[in-house]
Amino acid sequence: MTTQAGPRSDAEHVLDLAPGENPIEPRRVRAGLLAYLLGLVLASGLTVASFWAAHTPLIYGPAVPIAISVLAVAQMGIHLVFFLHITTAPDNTNNALALAFGFLIVCIVVLGSLWVMTHLDHNNHSMGEVMQMQR
Amino acid sequence: MSARDVVPVAHLRQSDPYKPGHGPGGAGGHVYATGHGEGGPASPRVVVGYGFWIFLLSDFIMFSAFFASYAVLSEQTAGGPSARELFDLHDTALQTAFLLASSFACGLASLAVDQRSQPWTQIALFITGLLGLGFLLLEIREFADFVGRGAGPSRSAFLSAFFTLVGCHGVHVTAGLLWLGTMMAQFLAKGFRQNIGHRFLCFSLFWHALDIIWVGLFSLVYLVGSLPP
Repeated sequence: MTTQAGPRSDAEHVLDLAPGENPIEPRRVRAGLLAYLLGLVLASGLTVASFWAAHTPLIYGPAVPIAISVLAVAQMGIHLVFFLHITTAPDNTNNALALAFGFLIVCIVVLGSLWVMTHLDHNNHSMGEVMQMQR
Repeated sequence: MSARDVVPVAHLRQSDPYKPGHGPGGAGGHVYATGHGEGGPASPRVVVGYGFWIFLLSDFIMFSAFFASYAVLSEQTAGGPSARELFDLHDTALQTAFLLASSFACGLASLAVDQRSQPWTQIALFITGLLGLGFLLLEIREFADFVGRGAGPSRSAFLSAFFTLVGCHGVHVTAGLLWLGTMMAQFLAKGFRQNIGHRFLCFSLFWHALDIIWVGLFSLVYLVGSLPP
């Protein structure tokens, strides 16, 4: 029976990948290169698309910020998958779970702040408006 | 350098992670099962990388707080210049291109490190640093330009939030460049030792993460800020 004591060496781990770890075998440089190139092309495409969306008259004005936000989130996803190699594979479960938790906190902080502050702004009338109302 | 120091490339995977009952298995095979204790603790590479990943996520959360304060304050110009009047999207496009190319070059560097190729590692890291430096210089020029036009961080709540958010990213890039320099020196002086490899894994995570933050910055600050009212 081969029971191991102590930490495994780097070469031995087979069921977990560190975040950022390229899941290809190191001998296959071409595959790694192609993946990075694909990431670069997709990210550039999305960047160009957001710059285009900011200028085009084709998109309904008030929808442009939403379009840009969606493109930004998509590009962040591309970066995570192709550059940071965060995937949904079982050997990446811990990394993806940590990311999901981080995403949750980011959403709470950003959406919560905007929600609270918009209401605060809405309920705080300026002095001029108060004078108007008292008349 | 002893033979023990030069490990074979760390992340060779023999098994398909999607295979049911994944793991090498087979006759005489020892199944390492995460959480089952039998395989022992995870390898240092996984532990180091995972710890750094947690740090990066906390960094994202810090940036999200700055993003939130910017989003709340972006219209509070106190009679000063607005985002629309200040931003030059040509510079932003150039900065974006620099940082994306830098991130790509960093990816190539990690391929070179996997191959234990000293010259390619140094070349790729040098290009990574050069592009990062280009980004930083453009940002410094932009900040100096704003301050010169009387739009410093003390001018309005909008500008305070802007300089805090974008400046914090700039500080991260600066720190990343210093780290990059030390990584190049370490590869040169110490070779592809296991612990140097761990440090480089953290660095590449850091550098790619900075690009992710920049995606949020150029989209939500610069592009949305330049939209007509």
